[in-house]
Amino acid sequence: MIENGIGASVRRKEDQRFLIGKGNYTDDINVAGQTHAVFVRSPHAHAEIKGIDCSDALAAPGVVAVLTGDDLAADGIGPLICGVTVTSDDGEPHRAPAHPALAQGKVNYVGDHVAIVIAETRAQARDAAELVDVDYSVLPAVIDTGSAADSGQPQIHEVAPDNVCYNWPFGDKEGVEAAFAGAHKVSKLDLVNNRMVTNPMEPRAALGEYNQGMDEITLHLTTQNPHVHRLVLSAFNQLAPEHKLRVVGPDVGGGFGAKIFVYAEELVVGWACRKIKRPVKWNGDRTEAFLADAHGRDHVSTAEMAMDENGKFLAMRVQTQANLGAYLSTFSTMVPSYLYAFLLAGQYSTPLIYSEVKAVFTNTAPVDACRGAGRPEATYLVERLVDICAADMGLDPAEIRRRNFIPVDAFPYQTPVVQCYDSGDYPAALDKAMELADYSGFSARAEEAKSRGKLRGIGLSSYVEACGIAPSAAVGQLGAGVGLWESAQVRFNPTGNVQVFTGTHSHGQGHETTFAQLVCDQLGVPIENIEVIHGDTARTQFGMGTYGSRSLAVGGVAIARACDKLIAKGKKIAAHALEAAEGDIEFVDGNFSVAGTDKAMNIAEVAFTAYVPHSYPEGVEPGFDENAFFDPTNFSFPAGTHICEVEVDPDTGVVEVVKYSAVDDFGRLINPMIVEGQVHGGIAHGVGQALLEGCSYDSEGQLVTASYMDYAMPRADNLPSFDIDYAPTNPPDNPLGVKGCGEAGAIGAPPAVINAISNALGVRHIDMPATPEAVWRAAQQAAAVSA
Amino acid sequence: MEMISEQLIEASRESVWLALNDTVILQKAMPGCESFEETGENTFEAKLITKIGPVKARFKFDVTLSDLDPPRGYTISGAGQGGAAGFAKGAATVTLSEQDGTTVLAYHVQANVGGKLAQLGARLIDGVAKKMADDFFENFKQLVGAEAESTSGTPD
Repeated sequence: MIENGIGASVRRKEDQRFLIGKGNYTDDINVAGQTHAVFVRSPHAHAEIKGIDCSDALAAPGVVAVLTGDDLAADGIGPLICGVTVTSDDGEPHRAPAHPALAQGKVNYVGDHVAIVIAETRAQARDAAELVDVDYSVLPAVIDTGSAADSGQPQIHEVAPDNVCYNWPFGDKEGVEAAFAGAHKVSKLDLVNNRMVTNPMEPRAALGEYNQGMDEITLHLTTQNPHVHRLVLSAFNQLAPEHKLRVVGPDVGGGFGAKIFVYAEELVVGWACRKIKRPVKWNGDRTEAFLADAHGRDHVSTAEMAMDENGKFLAMRVQTQANLGAYLSTFSTMVPSYLYAFLLAGQYSTPLIYSEVKAVFTNTAPVDACRGAGRPEATYLVERLVDICAADMGLDPAEIRRRNFIPVDAFPYQTPVVQCYDSGDYPAALDKAMELADYSGFSARAEEAKSRGKLRGIGLSSYVEACGIAPSAAVGQLGAGVGLWESAQVRFNPTGNVQVFTGTHSHGQGHETTFAQLVCDQLGVPIENIEVIHGDTARTQFGMGTYGSRSLAVGGVAIARACDKLIAKGKKIAAHALEAAEGDIEFVDGNFSVAGTDKAMNIAEVAFTAYVPHSYPEGVEPGFDENAFFDPTNFSFPAGTHICEVEVDPDTGVVEVVKYSAVDDFGRLINPMIVEGQVHGGIAHGVGQALLEGCSYDSEGQLVTASYMDYAMPRADNLPSFDIDYAPTNPPDNPLGVKGCGEAGAIGAPPAVINAISNALGVRHIDMPATPEAVWRAAQQAAAVSA
Repeated sequence: MEMISEQLIEASRESVWLALNDTVILQKAMPGCESFEETGENTFEAKLITKIGPVKARFKFDVTLSDLDPPRGYTISGAGQGGAAGFAKGAATVTLSEQDGTTVLAYHVQANVGGKLAQLGARLIDGVAKKMADDFFENFKQLVGAEAESTSGTPD
């Protein structure tokens, strides 16, 4: 067994620089001659721009340039694009309104980009931005998700009548209707999936440098996927050809999806630095993050389940209205469609599922992927509905789940909604979670809580998600404009240390450690001699980046494949050096040896030989440097059961999460400590959505939760110590046996929390966020009903 | 937000009505008001400084009087830009009724804010707006009451 290899909780290599304050984030980078940019943003949700007078701003001290949508259009830059096509029920592609990077004649949400002001200092740019005089003619705004497509609503985009982006029916409608007609019982639930601000710790930033001699642009960005940024900015936004554009994502301080997308600021900064021939830096402030980062979730749904007399699910029917905001963000169309409806089977063998998704435009910030992206919405709906079904059938929530789980021997299991789950053991995770949570002891704990005047509740959530995104052929069929394979290059230097280049990128997940462990395990090189390099299009080969819990499940496999190639080549080199047949060479723990002898050389010696090939096998290329691409054959399907226990104070409505048990199936764990950290963060994110976080616009489209004064994030005192365990199964479709763990907590937690609160209060449903006010009202109402 | 309240003013309805159309009194009554000038028939420009939580701004309001029904009341509405702080707009319907020689001034205010004011000060806006409206009508009552007293004069 190799030290620091697979399965070891190695301390994160990257933390050394973070802990001594030597991380290198976009805003840490400053270059000679740099100017500072501030964006003029719309204070109105919906308005025509009658004119923009920049003269006062241009005359202000230190101002270098003020540029507007007209300048952008004159240079033929943009517009921003959406990369996934969803076909609407009329057979036409989704309605895609123009998305200029700087407004052209109209603004469509508060925070929309109107102009960029560039000055010698940031303060000067801010002051001058206030002098840009924009003449707005305010239009009525559409804000509410559920009524955005109602007749009589103001129209946002001419190309999208009734503010509808697409109507997307999916599944066997007639079959579902027939099953409902013959059902013993139908359970029904209306629910809202609350809108979230994604809130990475590091706000977005961009620094553009133009090298006039080389006619090259370098863009330093807060990005989860530098090559995707380069591709989109080059191929679709006309910023510069790919070979003349370098995108660097240095250390990235959290992303949760929000740093996947190609934003207006990034394109504009890249364009402006060439236009003024000086570096341009924009560092977004927290308010801008609230206003103009892509938001998440925001669904209004009705869910129904048809059951037989034993509580067996016969069919499910779902109607969802999803808010996409004012414009289509880069991957927004796929989130409430493919990433949502394809997960509606959950862990259950429901044979028939039909869903209708109507995606609508509103005068709010664009909505796109946020940790889980579609799967949290699906899981919340399914797991809340299952609890309603249990109540309607008089069954324990654990029992109704057990009766409907996909049986262990049914894998690979083809769901009625496209996905084919390759592996899973749902009863095992449920059993283990119930044991961990002491489910059978709950009623005694509830009695004890009652004696203290508290209402104690317990809630289950048995989730499955689809990540490891994604098989290129599958996403291509669905309308994605890209393939979702991943690449790796593993390079030995002559002195025996290793550089691993990956097309994924870390925004806090610890890839520099996990990937190093993988290589350490496979090649037997000490972990301190392995460096993982990512996030720079000039250093790493093309890659697709990090999101959808894909880095290890896809990118990790590419690294392993490159290692395999090195081992195969190393055997040839060792065989020559050791004067043995290639077939007699064994590779174990970093040593090439001749089977049955003590003749051996280690991999560092082989690498040296490859670079100094004085005595070398014929026909073998010098060098010890291999690359690999991996395109998965299936998604991966992490699953598990989370159990949340809460105590509610009926007098104040305050919910305390007193116990949280999570049993997950992530397949094989490379670094259990990092996985545990991801689970902790995910659960905190999910508890935040369930209890605290609610992005809110007023009826005129003003964002009234635009700071941490008004938008509550989870803190340590909102959370108990988590009890975590695993019930792994081996996924046959993943060569490393891994499944992905970064989003699971945020997917599993919200229904567990709301199921627990509903249980505590004895109510059918309470919408998220279950704030003290909402819980108090529900408690009062429940008390009044039972009185 | 919406505010409904009333003030009892120790003056005749006619004198209250005149005061409601007196830019000097309106300026004095309005908290933070630097100027209040007539720009046309029933239109005015008001400049005022206000601080709401972390946002301090100088606002320029275009004020309009409408639905004039002397001496029973009018609607005073305004929309203003506060530069980077955002914008505010609102309207107050003022109704005057006589009560035993005094006047009851009832007001119904509706106000909205946008931009930074809404983003940073959302939780403060209701309280600030209510206080500003209350202060205005309280000041107005004092000013009108004092004027009524001085014009009625001390008996010779």
